[in-house]
Amino acid sequence: MARTLKLRIWRGDSKDGGLQDVTVDANHGEVVLDIIHRVQATQMGDLAVRWNCKAGKCGSCSMEINGKPRLACMTQVASFPEGETITITPLRAFPVIKDLVTDVSFNYKKAMEIPALVMPAGMKPGEPRMEQVDVERSQEFRKCIECFLCQDTCHVIRDHEENKKSFAGPRFFIRIAELDMHPLDILKNRKHTAQDEHGLGMCNITKCCTEVCPEHIRITDNAIIPMKERVVDVKYDPVRWLGSKIRKREGIV
Amino acid sequence: MSGVFSPSRAKIAARTLRTDRWWLQPTITVAVLLSFIVYATIRAFEAKFYFAEPLISPFYSPCLTAACDTKASLLGQPLGNVAIFGMAISPALFILIFPLGFRMTCYYYRKAYYRSFWQSPPACAVAEPHATYTGETKAPLIVQNGHRWFFLAGLVFNVLLTIDAVLAFRNESGQWGHMSIGSLVLLTNATLLWLYSASCHTCRHTIGGRLKHFSKHPVRYKLWTWVSILNHKHPTFAWISLFGVALSDVYVRAVSSGAIHNLYFF
Repeated sequence: MARTLKLRIWRGDSKDGGLQDVTVDANHGEVVLDIIHRVQATQMGDLAVRWNCKAGKCGSCSMEINGKPRLACMTQVASFPEGETITITPLRAFPVIKDLVTDVSFNYKKAMEIPALVMPAGMKPGEPRMEQVDVERSQEFRKCIECFLCQDTCHVIRDHEENKKSFAGPRFFIRIAELDMHPLDILKNRKHTAQDEHGLGMCNITKCCTEVCPEHIRITDNAIIPMKERVVDVKYDPVRWLGSKIRKREGIV
Repeated sequence: MSGVFSPSRAKIAARTLRTDRWWLQPTITVAVLLSFIVYATIRAFEAKFYFAEPLISPFYSPCLTAACDTKASLLGQPLGNVAIFGMAISPALFILIFPLGFRMTCYYYRKAYYRSFWQSPPACAVAEPHATYTGETKAPLIVQNGHRWFFLAGLVFNVLLTIDAVLAFRNESGQWGHMSIGSLVLLTNATLLWLYSASCHTCRHTIGGRLKHFSKHPVRYKLWTWVSILNHKHPTFAWISLFGVALSDVYVRAVSSGAIHNLYFF
């Protein structure tokens, strides 16, 4: 064993809980999820933790490590200084179920509220064609692994439970952006619903979602701000509105 | 009890469990922005030492009132004598609202001051102190949606300050073909302001971001890719162009007040 680690792991459920101290050995090259598994195997047999691929691609092992939303399987033990106590808690934006497992169903409900791609009438399967430059733009958003770290760190819902009714969150803003930028999407009111129903206007672009994204998607610069500008086009820009009347461009509908 | 202290969430008393110096960046931002605000306010009300032919401070260009030196009034003096209770209003106060509005509504500066001044949030995963939050959906913050208009006004100022920089390649008698430290100062300032504007998110949207089909607009797509490269550096340009404006004013003030001489290379 390369080093001995001091951990503080949050244990409990929605009624009560607290941080418990643990000391555990760690090998060279191990990640925090390895350490949690060792604690589970040797000291806390009933420690609840959600995980799956251990490769940063399933988005299951999202938790907060020293207060930062991270994937446990992508957080190297070696990134912490020798002697530092590592504090591990569940995601603090969602209801806790047990120990490190939270109820992220909020996100699935929001996903169902986003209107799907609407292609032109009469287009049959196999007919759509896209140029590579058009594909590339939204491909960045397709890298999302739905770890919900961006949702967890977004202060709009993390710090204000009441906003969950009216705010979809950064993960779904990239979904909306992907669809709105899709050359074949003809749904006209996507910008309006982004603002009025999914709470785009509540985002104050403090970029925490971008900072925590393990896939390095530039959520704010490439999805949220472009969508805010598109909303301005149809809701707050009288010149664009006039242009839409004269040249039949998409405007306020 | 709301937010991270809501009943259904993990019972953790601490506002944050971050162990790094998350407070450092907002503290520096407050210090730097406050310093600039204090300096700019003093200079805007000072109403002197802003012109030393051929140099004019960016805080006072274009100089539009009758209080200005006619040589400093690139666009004439259409506002004439403007006074309140017999006191002349500084020419800077009529124009600074535009560059100020451009920076106040800038997507980068919004991040900077929401985090540092308003602490909404002070840093990622650090609970904010406010009980309620409506973001940019209501007055006054809904005005942030007008960023594009300030962007356009900013472009007008960029043109005027570029002309000032070109005019600075003259000597004190107005003869062309000379270059001084002041010429380079104003030229650098104008260049930084163009980079700040060109890297703006609204510029990126206008150039090509609003398109659905990049493939149908190859020229705009190419321009969009260039602006996107600059857009990566937008925070950097935001800061250095701010310093550029302040340092240009410091230099012009120093020359105008006689503290230093504007050194000519030729």
